[in-house]
Amino acid sequence: MTLKHTFMGAAAALALTATGVLADPAVVFDLGGKFDKSFNEAAFNGAERWKEETGGSYREVEMQSEAQREQALRRLAESGSNPIVMTGFAFGNVLSEVAPDYPETTFAIIDAVVEEPNVRSVVFKEHEGSFLVGMMAAMASESGTVGFIGGMDIPLIRKFACGYAQGVLAVNPDATVIANMAGTTPAAWADPVKGSELTQAQISQGADVVYAAAGATGVGVLQTAADQDILSIGVDSNQNYLHPGEVLTSMLKRVDNAVYDVFAAGDAVETGVNVMGLENEGVGYALDEFNADLVTAEMQAAVDAASAAIIAGETEVHDYMSDESCPALSF
Amino acid sequence: MDFLTLLQVLDSTVRLATPLLLACLAGLFSERAGIFDIGLEGKMLAAAFLSAAIAFVTESAWIGLLAGIGASMVLAGIHGLASITFRGNQLISGVAINFLAAGMTVLVAQSWFSQGGRTPSLMSGDRFEPVTLPFAEALSGVPVLGPIYDELLSGHTVLVYLAFAMVPLTWWILFRTRFGLRLRAVGENPAAVDTAGVSVVGLRFAAVAICGVLCGIAGAYMATALQAGFVKDMTAGRGYIALAALIFAKWRPWYALGATLLFGFLQAIALRPDVIEAVLSFRVQVQLLDALPYILTVVILAGFVGKAVPPRAGGEPYVKER
Repeated sequence: MTLKHTFMGAAAALALTATGVLADPAVVFDLGGKFDKSFNEAAFNGAERWKEETGGSYREVEMQSEAQREQALRRLAESGSNPIVMTGFAFGNVLSEVAPDYPETTFAIIDAVVEEPNVRSVVFKEHEGSFLVGMMAAMASESGTVGFIGGMDIPLIRKFACGYAQGVLAVNPDATVIANMAGTTPAAWADPVKGSELTQAQISQGADVVYAAAGATGVGVLQTAADQDILSIGVDSNQNYLHPGEVLTSMLKRVDNAVYDVFAAGDAVETGVNVMGLENEGVGYALDEFNADLVTAEMQAAVDAASAAIIAGETEVHDYMSDESCPALSF
Repeated sequence: MDFLTLLQVLDSTVRLATPLLLACLAGLFSERAGIFDIGLEGKMLAAAFLSAAIAFVTESAWIGLLAGIGASMVLAGIHGLASITFRGNQLISGVAINFLAAGMTVLVAQSWFSQGGRTPSLMSGDRFEPVTLPFAEALSGVPVLGPIYDELLSGHTVLVYLAFAMVPLTWWILFRTRFGLRLRAVGENPAAVDTAGVSVVGLRFAAVAICGVLCGIAGAYMATALQAGFVKDMTAGRGYIALAALIFAKWRPWYALGATLLFGFLQAIALRPDVIEAVLSFRVQVQLLDALPYILTVVILAGFVGKAVPPRAGGEPYVKER
């Protein structure tokens, strides 16, 4: 056992020290992989943008299994990376153990709150962004039934679903929202075949707009929606280009901005909780040449008005994670 | 639950059962010849990747299919080499193949297409398209049988029909041909086959090769028919479910059809919680349905529902002289 530890430690240290100079920032990608066309890829894009603009270099580690989380964080911290950004709620527990051991290093975690003096917790108001795309879904739907397909069944994904359902019902109180989750294990983020079948199942229940918040499983959702000529909604990154004219919009979660901000601030980055919502363009909806024909002027006006109302505090979107319940949808 | 909903669930069952059925029959050939194969998952994954990649490059789903079969056959060859020629442990070799496929597919895809271990999306012409059976539209008005023909039987890709045709073919090969008799004998008592002057090694390699072909079709079906490209780890454990189905089917072709359809149905019905709730009038956890194939297999293995006896020489390399 000790021998194995030594070997693994040595291998990891080698791998990490070989890549960069001291005091570079670092980013740790979660299990979905850095090219998931969605969440992790957004983080990657933010890091790349920083690299391009400043000419600096950064280190990166891609998680391959649950067991590597702590090891990766400790190795990065010990080899002097600062600040260290990690993407994903799953790092929460690990970070609260690791952070106190490296008081000189600043950590930033996305999608979770860790209350340590040297941690910046970046959380997004996904419910607000989902509310907006929910409104668009309800306006684009002809059948009055829209679908939601989540990845792994965790509170964060329910937060997406709940905001979406509220947006749908705000436009059309009689609408039906069907919500399915692809699974309860991390494999649910990478099963496009199941995503396809869930989409088929929702279509047969009458859905004509489907919102996927499911990592690589969403690739299957968008594909089947395009094959069956219904509209889909992408998530996290702008996925409109995947099927031009078939993707209604994408709920943008500007993980790239979050990573960029941390990298740009360097080790002087502010710690504490950093909430990214509509007001600071942390979330939003995507509009580009690929979906310009799908989004009507009326739709855009309604969504922009709602966005302004949410920022002003006139409309309140319920956050599933605040009390683990949703007024618009039952799970 | 109305009739149309039932048909839609069954339609989904057919799609979900097809890769399981192909992988299950693949395992059946291999294990009947005495070569345990837990590398079904890896072979499917490799085939899924190469079929999608080649279909994208050549713009032909059929060439992609051949490439997928090729990739699967290469891995089957490695498994055969390790476990037949060098008499290695078949389980370890199978695990190694799974890891090899999981890593290599992403690595090669990344260096080839630079899209993060996936292949570019296939255009509609480069995939296997659903086939509409003759008169499906015209007959859809006929009560009961019309919708069954139109909704359930028609509108699948050619690979689905191929998979279902493989069941009687497998039965015929195994139980009605000389090759099949020898193949089964080599899994039960290879020494007897050897005494009769038939090559044990040759037969086992033939079985492993057939296994490779079927896994290749299963992988290609997932990447180029169900989906439009390869995504990292896209087989998502289906190779293991197929193994469970193989035990559930007691290593028989027709039972394999039943077992994979049952498992496919459980997966399909798990996608429709509303239907379950309507039929049973209470809510069943989706997680329970997802776990049912494994639970059923454990029940079978524990001997509650008949006994599943594997081929007697399974898992053991054949040594001519001791």
